[in-house]
Amino acid sequence: MPHSRFPEQLPDPASQLPESDIPSAVEGTPNPVPNSPSVAFARSAEPDPIESDALSRAQAGDNHAFSQLYSLHKRRIYSLCLRMLGNVAEAEDLTQEAFLQLYRKIGTFRGDSAFSTWLHRLAINVVLMHLRKKGLAVISLDEAMEPAVEERAGRSFGAADLTLTGAIDRMALEHAIDKLPAGYRLIFVLHDIEGYEHNEIASMLDCSIGNSKSQLHKARLKLRDALRVYPRQEAQQ
Amino acid sequence: MTTDSNNSSCAKFQAQLPELIGSGEIASAHSHIQSCELCRALLADLETIAQAARQLFPVEEPPDDLWEHIESAIKNERGSGETG
Repeated sequence: MPHSRFPEQLPDPASQLPESDIPSAVEGTPNPVPNSPSVAFARSAEPDPIESDALSRAQAGDNHAFSQLYSLHKRRIYSLCLRMLGNVAEAEDLTQEAFLQLYRKIGTFRGDSAFSTWLHRLAINVVLMHLRKKGLAVISLDEAMEPAVEERAGRSFGAADLTLTGAIDRMALEHAIDKLPAGYRLIFVLHDIEGYEHNEIASMLDCSIGNSKSQLHKARLKLRDALRVYPRQEAQQ
Repeated sequence: MTTDSNNSSCAKFQAQLPELIGSGEIASAHSHIQSCELCRALLADLETIAQAARQLFPVEEPPDDLWEHIESAIKNERGSGETG
């Protein structure tokens, strides 16, 4: 019997992230981030001695060491911001904000989780805070999206011309993700790219687990639609 | 009539899909999948998308001057902390 290849079946990494270490996604409210993250981001579990050394020195106030930490993590944090926001200028601003937050809070990192995991969660919270300030209600995104979503999903009943299996072009996928509506992109990035579980996403976004599952499913359906169109668009260019 | 019936069972199955997939159940083992080529293809596509997404590691490089902005903001913050 074939096994599903959905990432939901991956085991949870055992990393722990103390709640007190990370900024709340909403200022003045309890930190909504769960303390058992399963972060695909931190796939390389071995501590990096260069990072450990830079971290210790940065915590002691060494600014050069802090710049080393920036160099080590800038790509991941910037890419995360870019994927969550889909906008270069905002991604730059929030990468800056994430590292500023890091500067302010680096002394509170206690090493209960991998530093990269902790920093990653910090950056996600910075992005979520930004989105909330912008008025994006991440909970009621269903209503914010075009009403045709459900109909588009239903179209698959008669869609015999698909079959993406084994043939997804990386660029096409990146492009399709960029084009997703903000709420779908957020949940897709958090779950399918960054490796968070639905219960973690629900806690981060303050929505139900069912809502997270439903929105992820719709995001994948939209990507499927987009990826089926993409090769034809490319061929016409 | 048969088509309507098929569509109805497809609709029913697809309505269950978010929960089936999200709860980690083996959706491909569902009885409907065994008999429905369209839903089998749909499931395969969704699995392929999820798999492909997991391969998307960060590759984007921030602009070179971003560190200068961060450094400047840190200096400002430190300065205002000292004077305040």
